[in-house]
Amino acid sequence: MPKDGGIGAPTRRREDVRFLTGTGQYSDDMNVYGQTVAVFARSTVANGVIKSIDTSAAAAMPGVLAVFTGEDFVDVGGNPAGWLINSRDGEPMKEPKRPVLAHGKVRHVGDAYAAVIAETTEQAKDAVEAIEVDIEELPAVVNMKDALSSTNYVHDEIGTNQCFDWGWIEDNRAATDAAIKGAHHVTTLELVNNRLVPNAMEPRCSMAQYNRANDEYTLHTTSQNPHLTRLLISAFVLGIPENKLTVIAPDVGGGFGSKIYHYGEEALVLAAAKKIGRPVKWTSDRTEAFLTDAHGRDHVTTIELALDAEGKFLAFRTETMANVGAYLSNFSTATPTFLHGTLMAGNYTVPNVYVNVKAVFTNTAPVDAYRGAGRPEATFSLERVIDKAAREIGMDPIELRRKNFIKPDQYPFASAAGLEYDSGNYDALMDQMEKVADVAGFEARRKASEKNGKLRGFGVNAYIEACGIAPSNLVGVLGSRVGLYDAATVRVNATGNLSVMVGAHSHGQGHETAFPQVVAEMLGIDPQSIDIVHGDTSKIPFGMGTYGSRSLAVCGSAVVRATEKIINKAKKIAAHMLEASDGDIELTDGVFSVAGTDKSVTFGEVALKAYIPHEFPLEDIEPGLEETAFYDPANFTYPSGAYCCEVEVDPDTGKVSVERMTAVDDFGNVINPMIVTGQVHGGLGQGIGQALLENTTYDENGQLLSASYMDYVMPRADDLPFYTVDHSQGNACTHNPLGVKGCGEAGAIGSPPTVVNAVIDALQSGGKNVTHIDMPMTPHRVWSAMQNA
Amino acid sequence: MYAFDIERPATVAEAAAALGNEDAQALGGGQTLIPTLKQRLASPEKLVSLTGVAEMQGITSNGGTLTIGGAVTHADVAGDGSYKALSELASNIGDPAVRNRGTIGGSLANNDPSACYPAAALASGATIVTNTREIAADDYFVGLFETALDEGEIITAVKFPIPQKANYQKFLQPASRFALVGVFVAVTADGVRVAVTGASNEGVHRWTAAEDALSANFSADALDGLSVSADDLIADLHGSAEYRAHLVAVMTKRAVAAAS
Repeated sequence: MPKDGGIGAPTRRREDVRFLTGTGQYSDDMNVYGQTVAVFARSTVANGVIKSIDTSAAAAMPGVLAVFTGEDFVDVGGNPAGWLINSRDGEPMKEPKRPVLAHGKVRHVGDAYAAVIAETTEQAKDAVEAIEVDIEELPAVVNMKDALSSTNYVHDEIGTNQCFDWGWIEDNRAATDAAIKGAHHVTTLELVNNRLVPNAMEPRCSMAQYNRANDEYTLHTTSQNPHLTRLLISAFVLGIPENKLTVIAPDVGGGFGSKIYHYGEEALVLAAAKKIGRPVKWTSDRTEAFLTDAHGRDHVTTIELALDAEGKFLAFRTETMANVGAYLSNFSTATPTFLHGTLMAGNYTVPNVYVNVKAVFTNTAPVDAYRGAGRPEATFSLERVIDKAAREIGMDPIELRRKNFIKPDQYPFASAAGLEYDSGNYDALMDQMEKVADVAGFEARRKASEKNGKLRGFGVNAYIEACGIAPSNLVGVLGSRVGLYDAATVRVNATGNLSVMVGAHSHGQGHETAFPQVVAEMLGIDPQSIDIVHGDTSKIPFGMGTYGSRSLAVCGSAVVRATEKIINKAKKIAAHMLEASDGDIELTDGVFSVAGTDKSVTFGEVALKAYIPHEFPLEDIEPGLEETAFYDPANFTYPSGAYCCEVEVDPDTGKVSVERMTAVDDFGNVINPMIVTGQVHGGLGQGIGQALLENTTYDENGQLLSASYMDYVMPRADDLPFYTVDHSQGNACTHNPLGVKGCGEAGAIGSPPTVVNAVIDALQSGGKNVTHIDMPMTPHRVWSAMQNA
Repeated sequence: MYAFDIERPATVAEAAAALGNEDAQALGGGQTLIPTLKQRLASPEKLVSLTGVAEMQGITSNGGTLTIGGAVTHADVAGDGSYKALSELASNIGDPAVRNRGTIGGSLANNDPSACYPAAALASGATIVTNTREIAADDYFVGLFETALDEGEIITAVKFPIPQKANYQKFLQPASRFALVGVFVAVTADGVRVAVTGASNEGVHRWTAAEDALSANFSADALDGLSVSADDLIADLHGSAEYRAHLVAVMTKRAVAAAS
């Protein structure tokens, strides 16, 4: 049975049936008796002092049940940063309070300063318009460079707009400076990693219920990690005891990072539900999503690459300004630091790496992890400067990368940026990429494009990332305030089917299909008899959720460990039933047998016995068949890849079209290759979107100009080519039981520099001396670059 | 959105009467108005839906003139095919949902400076037929979201003389997929007409220098050396005025080359 549904089978995603037939249950689908609606009053200015708020007229409007302002939350906690970063001088980062509702000052357009609870949405909106607020607008701090020199502070109480000034690794700084000073050649590049709006298909939504009978709260919310959300609300914000708060993230329509974090709206609806004694729901509209979902990226970087005369890399030195927006979101301090700086040695044997990151407060939406989270920024900087260096020294870009790759016999490899890579083979990835992409045929295709009046370019990239965001011991040393293990409970029911409760959360990743494949393979039973339970803190063990391509590597490993415990206990029960010793029991295709005999019992018979323990050796075995495991890995996992693409540029308009895109990834072992391919497709779409289309733009007053789909350019099907995706070159992760590495973010990490490199190549082939264009490479930007070349 | 009443008249006369009320607003396919209402950016007391008016439906071709009812959807114009360049233009407005709801009368009455239909109407020398009069396209487009329509006046039909040759080239604003710059070129018995949309702060307009050059020699080469001034062109996050000026010339050449 598991042969067509176990590990390695391209099983179709079972959850897609409900998603595609409209029977998914999202937070906004939860409607209960007596439900009310919350609508927020949000700042229309980027920076301002709240001189007064008069809610009396609003409170008297029809249908209005309560009105809240920041004043109502002065005595509760703030939404904390999850990661403490220390500056180079040893000083801890600046952590201004992030309140439930803005109090005293509004700090970005969309910052909520009041909320109305009413019977209907329209009544609540009418009442929001009736709130009389006097906000004195102040000049906005938008540009990071200006912010660092300004005395106009986003948070007056910290007296600076710099959150931290971080050096990685500070002890490497002098050696890196010396290597660059003495180098044969140094290539320098200034670049922008453009801010992105996550744009999950399902906007955020939170619905709170309060049960007066037992003082318990239930929060349905769009979260990638319900336990983390509960922990933040309980321990930091509202102080609701964890055992009195159930957080349920049902079907969630995409997150990309933006639903990792706890947001003030969740705390507001909980507090409101208790105050009015009725359920309260808030559903974000698309404008609120643009203005208040945590954005991604937004780095401004100068990177230098030092080379010797043979093209060997001697050093990478990076200076980055990272925008954290108006408030620290939960992982906003980890993203530009430990998820970025530690990857700045790339796939290379480079001996010296130094990274300086200044995190900057601005009057813009908070910025946090977004698909890839720091690693795309690292890869983009590295792979762009390497491409520029190849052009400067006249070496083929593939050859230059190969010359500096870590070789297969060098693992485990201690990178100059402080990580220990466990496995990989970057030359093999590049070989496969050259083959499946028909790189040898590029010149002929370029000539064909030229005949059609188009400039064709080829771009290449090699990436490595750190996934399975985990080891608690490691991240603890690095400043994390949470552990990063995961957990699973495998419950074998009496009739032989299974419920597997997992700490990971599926919001597009296909866990409901892939995790049963693992359990089915181990037990030798039909995967359709196994269901995954996730997203409900009252049902699942304490897990850390899904982000950083961690679910299978961390939570999947917990599933393996729990299933191993099930097998051990089931063997004991089978041994009792077969009157044999445990050590002689073998499990094959769902049947327990005594080695060397024809005596056997099925998995189902053992399950039944566990729950109807007649004639059971209760002194040796407890009834039941249910096991839990927590798994905390030894290291990150290190997926890697070789990507290339071919673009055509219309020299008359500057419009770029991606003609071919090839992604060859080492994800280690693959559980479901079809889901993996789908994950790569999604990542590539987002990466190409970042490279060519997605244009988050604030004006000098802090107004978001691209605040709707009329101006924010999401990639559409006709913006994207057919992809060639290959994961045949897997090298198993050496330290988790499945040998898996993680695939969720790879496409978004590997593709942006590939596309930019190809566009630069196309322009160079047309005789335009253009060495860099910032993303998104809109037609206007490409055309302007050609005019100035 | 704010609460409003809605009327669904069956005749033009009923529609005109309904629109005589203060704070009444005509509703075509609603592809601009409904999102505006949802954002609470408008608060009409009454919407008068024109989609049920039988006289405003249908497409007829007669003696080289194509008459399209004011309530005809983009999808129906796209499927008609008797004026190829116009059908192609309609087939590339928005997405299928927009094309199945949006109407030609609604688009021309709104006169968005980046919409496609205004370019077709102006370049074709169309006539805007209303419940009270006929207005030549040259007199109809007044400026940004401004037309010659009086308050409550209804576009009941649009008459397009079918040109000898025509083509529309749209360079997409990549988010909205309106025209960043769109150029409609039509070869008529009276000469070539070139209309530009998406580019100007004044809305759709004719490029007369190109018309003169193309009337003398209808080839892309005839446009060599011609350019439009960037003065008073739209500049936004998708393109500068200079870029739009450049695109006007590029799109005009492409329209000439593709005209059929």
